[in-house]
Amino acid sequence: MNPIVVIGSGLAGFNTVKEFRKLDKETPVVVLTADDGRNYSKPMLSTGFTKEKSADDLAMASPEQVAEQFNVTVRTGVHVAGIDTDRRRVLLPDDHLDYSALVLALGADTWTPPLDGDAVGEVFSVNDLMDYGRFRQALEGNKSVTILGGGLIGCEFANDLSNGGFQVSLVEPLGRCLPMLLPEAASAAVGRGLESLGVTFHFGPLAKAVHHNRNGQGLVTELSDGTHLESDVVLSAIGLRPRIDLAKDAGLRTNRGILTDRTLRTSAPDVYALGDCAEVEGHVLPYVLPLMAGARALAKTLAGEATPVSYGVMPVTIKTPACPVVVCPPPEELEGEWDVQADGNDVQALFRDQEGALRGYALTGEAVKEKLKLNKELPALMP
Amino acid sequence: MKKWECVVCGFIYDEEEGLPEEGIEPGTKWEDVPEDWVCPDCGVGKEDFEMIEI
Repeated sequence: MNPIVVIGSGLAGFNTVKEFRKLDKETPVVVLTADDGRNYSKPMLSTGFTKEKSADDLAMASPEQVAEQFNVTVRTGVHVAGIDTDRRRVLLPDDHLDYSALVLALGADTWTPPLDGDAVGEVFSVNDLMDYGRFRQALEGNKSVTILGGGLIGCEFANDLSNGGFQVSLVEPLGRCLPMLLPEAASAAVGRGLESLGVTFHFGPLAKAVHHNRNGQGLVTELSDGTHLESDVVLSAIGLRPRIDLAKDAGLRTNRGILTDRTLRTSAPDVYALGDCAEVEGHVLPYVLPLMAGARALAKTLAGEATPVSYGVMPVTIKTPACPVVVCPPPEELEGEWDVQADGNDVQALFRDQEGALRGYALTGEAVKEKLKLNKELPALMP
Repeated sequence: MKKWECVVCGFIYDEEEGLPEEGIEPGTKWEDVPEDWVCPDCGVGKEDFEMIEI
């Protein structure tokens, strides 16, 4: 029998394997990864300085250990060239691999808008453990970091790098912290929390270019308002885009992500997708909670019992200890209003629809304690 | 009383506090937390928690 082939060794790929092995100990499984195949948790990449953890510390298992633990084959450093869905075959640079079922756990790419300047190649993004290792290395002996983007990753890194003793400047064109996730009062609380650690904000302008500093020391980030920010290192944390190219080239249906139904089936037979690369019945949710729900359901499906994934309430915890945040964003395009109660940095913002039903919330500071109570009041995202 | 940290997302289960909103009384030891309980922040199971000293 051909193996189940999993492409990707992030949380989506390895957790699918782990859950599957609880149900089926025999069927051969091959994991293909372009990375080094170490098992790690991506959310921990933005807490590494606070917890004083190097890339090696964050690696929970080597690929050999994963292979033994789950009785699977892990092939590292493999760049998949294509998928032939008619022949049920994964095309490798000078080889191929036939599958009985294929799982796309490809993750997402970081996205940075085009920048000018002679130091663009030195702008970091941290999207996996290998990136994290290089980033840590670049920071050694340095003191200051400019972060492009004040979303989830940008704010988490601002907090973490400040805890690590770095001077952080953060550039966010949309004018506040977490602009896509939080109402203004909650953004302001996060901003004050980070400012108390010494983070300097540049709200409004875009980054245009990154140059080498003429004095030979570090980098200069040029903003659209003419500001020049000097720092030793520049980190881009602007956005994530689901990795869809491999699927698209193979003729699978894609939109923002790789389109799947509730059982995580793509448009090709026996090809599944989950995690950051997938768009499940219209939902693109690059967070661990939905990914784990997907891994458990998919494991059952792969073991022979077709199982639709359910998404309950999907709150997102943002690791900014200077001002903790939990947010459960309301559905896109839902009409309604935020009801905001603020006491210093403790903000409870409740989003109610036109019928007055709770449909989302944003909590900061001490108000995060209300999370579990509010979760009970919210409808499931995809019951 | 001990604390247990989720290795995936960093959530901390504090035996002293329990999780009353989820029906886990304060003082509930880790081994007495139901086996099918999952991390409220990221959804991984008990096997993905490690004991930590704080």
